[in-house]
Amino acid sequence: METIFDISRPGAKAYSLPPLDVPGKPIGDLTPASLLRDEAPCLPEVSEGEIARHYTNLSNMNFAIDTTFYPLGSCTMKYNPKVNEAIASLSGFSNIHPYQDESQVQGALKLMYELAQWLAEIGGFKKVSLQPAAGAQGELTGMAMIRAYHKKNGNPRSKVIIPDSAHGTNPATAAMLGYKVVTVPSDELGGVDVRSLEGLLDEEVAAIFLTNPNTLGIFDKNVVKINEMVHSVGALSYCDGANLNAILGKSRPGDMGFDVLQFNLHKTFSTPHGGGGPGSGPVGVNEMLEPFLPVPLIEKDEAVGAYFLNYERPLSIGKMKAFYGNFGVIVKAYCYIRSLGAEGLSHVSDIAVLNANYLKTKLEEAYILPYDVPCMHEFVLSAERQKRQGVKARDIVKRLLDFNIHPPTIYFPLIVDEALMVEPTETESKETLDRFADVMRQIAEEAVENPEVILTAPHNTPVSRLNEAEAARHPRLKWQKD
Amino acid sequence: MDFVPITDQDKNEMLKFLGIKRVDELFDLSIPDEVRMDRSLNLPAGISEHELLRELEGIAKENVSLSDHVSFLGGGVYDHFIPKVVESLISLPEFYSPYTPYQAEVSQGVLQSLFEYQSMVSELTGLEVANASLYDGATSLAEAALLAHDITKKNEVIVSEAVHPEYREVLKNYARGLDITIKTIPLKNGQTDISALEDMVSDDSSCVIIQHPNFFGCLEDMERIGDILDRYPTLFIASIDPLSLGLLKAPASFGVDVVIGEGQSLGNKINFGGPNLGIFACRKDYIRRVPGRLVSSTTDTLGRTGYVLTLQTREQHIRRERATSNITTSEVLNAIAAAIYLSYLGPEGITEVAYQCLQKAHYAHDKLSEISYLEPFSDTPFFKEFAFKSERSVHEINERLFNEGIIGGLNIDRWYGQYPNTVLFCVTEKRTRDEIDRLAAIMEAI
Ligand SMILES: Cc1ncc(COP(=O)(O)O)c(C=O)c1O
Repeated sequence: METIFDISRPGAKAYSLPPLDVPGKPIGDLTPASLLRDEAPCLPEVSEGEIARHYTNLSNMNFAIDTTFYPLGSCTMKYNPKVNEAIASLSGFSNIHPYQDESQVQGALKLMYELAQWLAEIGGFKKVSLQPAAGAQGELTGMAMIRAYHKKNGNPRSKVIIPDSAHGTNPATAAMLGYKVVTVPSDELGGVDVRSLEGLLDEEVAAIFLTNPNTLGIFDKNVVKINEMVHSVGALSYCDGANLNAILGKSRPGDMGFDVLQFNLHKTFSTPHGGGGPGSGPVGVNEMLEPFLPVPLIEKDEAVGAYFLNYERPLSIGKMKAFYGNFGVIVKAYCYIRSLGAEGLSHVSDIAVLNANYLKTKLEEAYILPYDVPCMHEFVLSAERQKRQGVKARDIVKRLLDFNIHPPTIYFPLIVDEALMVEPTETESKETLDRFADVMRQIAEEAVENPEVILTAPHNTPVSRLNEAEAARHPRLKWQKD
Repeated sequence: MDFVPITDQDKNEMLKFLGIKRVDELFDLSIPDEVRMDRSLNLPAGISEHELLRELEGIAKENVSLSDHVSFLGGGVYDHFIPKVVESLISLPEFYSPYTPYQAEVSQGVLQSLFEYQSMVSELTGLEVANASLYDGATSLAEAALLAHDITKKNEVIVSEAVHPEYREVLKNYARGLDITIKTIPLKNGQTDISALEDMVSDDSSCVIIQHPNFFGCLEDMERIGDILDRYPTLFIASIDPLSLGLLKAPASFGVDVVIGEGQSLGNKINFGGPNLGIFACRKDYIRRVPGRLVSSTTDTLGRTGYVLTLQTREQHIRRERATSNITTSEVLNAIAAAIYLSYLGPEGITEVAYQCLQKAHYAHDKLSEISYLEPFSDTPFFKEFAFKSERSVHEINERLFNEGIIGGLNIDRWYGQYPNTVLFCVTEKRTRDEIDRLAAIMEAI
């Protein structure tokens, strides 16, 4: 499609402003000439109708959770309730300023205070900060607290142990804090290989970075033992909470012995993913790490019943982002938990896990199931057999597009060759799951009988396969007049 | 309400298919007894949509919205006018309900919108490379410092005290594990003290970070700073207000190497300070070190133009501990809002918005200068914010204003203890002469 720049015509415009109602001064009197532009920036010149049509047409080129099944593993693409959108846009939430006096934003502070308490209960933690802007920033916050904790005890330590199945953000986070990443292999059941872990643990280990249920969709049966081993050398245990949708009301990371965890509100708690954000990644901690939480913490003065921003926390790591967190997202997660309550949340995990096991069983003949154990909310298949037949995971997912299905996550976790990571979520019907299974089985048959149809897919998308190598060699990151 | 479409009958069929009787068995098989919850979560019981709306509308009313009050608060997020076309378009579920565009063929809408956003940021900043967003201005600043550290291999970061105090706190946090020392350039008359800067910068400095307009609203002497930094291998990082660039020169023309900024004012609601939009742009030389996503145009198998995420080898999912940053989910919807807003403004609109901010802020400054207990904090040129020292308690002034429906300026002494009772006002294009006159009249009468 043409870009907004291509449809620009000199003189067209969309904006309107009231006339300046104060006496204007010559601009040269206000601003040194050396700082002023010589000409206006070259932005598109278009009418409002053209803008509306352009971006509406663009939006129609996206698959989205409201248009298609979207079993993107690890991302929990569940339905985003409309009422939460409406509530978040109420002016009492969307049009309040972070520097207003606390007395003017008691509703917002109360909402944040309660959500933090609810998340603490769900995760089994003492206290939660809602400040981090997304999961990866929650990780950074958690690891920064771990580092501050060790530093206070005299030595920040130098290593972080991370399973070979971990998400890329985990090692990247550890490295941002200056830690050396030590990889621990997985065992044949998909959990952490405890024997190897034993050999890696020493007094230079700051933490282990686990995901439980892990990225294979498997609950690590040794989790309690692992956390005990880690604690025995004075290290702490971090839990990547991306997979919490599997265990709401069933099991709590805090009770498993984890010291800190990040929640992903845009996954577990139904806030929309926005095409790649905004998200929100609150962190929960136990008693030991509580003093290190970012400032401000939202607290309640029980005596007067008022909420306030507490900056008086001498051991706090400080701030992770400006202001208090992605409040617009936080409101939606609050609404979600408030709507569902304990029973609803537990039902979410029931059905998320049921849907995943149902699909897994339907697909385990057509594809290799490298870890043949009961799964939680997601499972990982391998397209190794299909690869030998000439089509790879990356081809299979392109064929899915022909059936109006958003593909699973591919090539993650790295320990599975030709990985296809499927997370159906609880908001999909049995009919949708059955159809997905049928399509996946059909593609497995095509891999034998007609691989060409897979290799040339997709066949009816707005563009066909794009030349990524060319983009990487000669990136063109902005529009240019030809 | 749980939004689950699986009926009891579906469930029974699925259980039968799996050869089990109860869903619980699936959990029993996976989760060891010792960590199975033996009670329900202690949360309020669920409610219907109607009850939810009623309850949340009540909570929203416990907040004082800028929609019914006149606000002069700034300090990083701003009350600019947001046209309905922006809100309407980013409310399309096809924009807000997909995820990261990994499957380019079915994500051209997000990808092209981001490409357009990058193009607009490049145009405003004068830098060749703009990414597809980071979390907010503060984290963009921190990431820029990490990039400078990585490129120059020097451990010293020099930052002006006139940079937003919260941004500097975030910088400290991001530098925590990396053996980076942060030195702060003092203030002089509301600006960065340039002679102090000259004394501090050396070949060991990885970067110098300047905000322009700075936290006090003042413009910095960008030309001189650029000239000084020219003599060092040091990166020049500027934190900007994107709307000011309707009038102000593109930072690249002063030799700025990395531009970061808060993009909230580009069509995004204030939302109590988040989600925001981290702007990040830099020179082409650093393209392989950029944090976050980059969208490139390319062609499909039939030669048609299309868009893809590119240079992903910088990113955590490929490069893991050697990635340029750990960021993945960023602020894509906010970036799309910014692209729509900037298309709405066009060249004339952005100039006009910036011009009106400038004029109205100066009108307000003149008016407030007449008040006997106020004294201008600085006499350097400013854009849409400016500070006054007050002989009266800022807290009391703001209480009086609030009783008259006005949210006054920001008391900055919580960060700058050396400047007690100093108040930062922000005047955007939304403020009217009448509102400014009322602000001045009420303050005059105190
Ligand atoms: C397992 C896992 N950990 C961490 C993250 C990072 O979360 P976010 O994208 O919100 O930063 C993700 C998702 O991207 C994930 O799947």
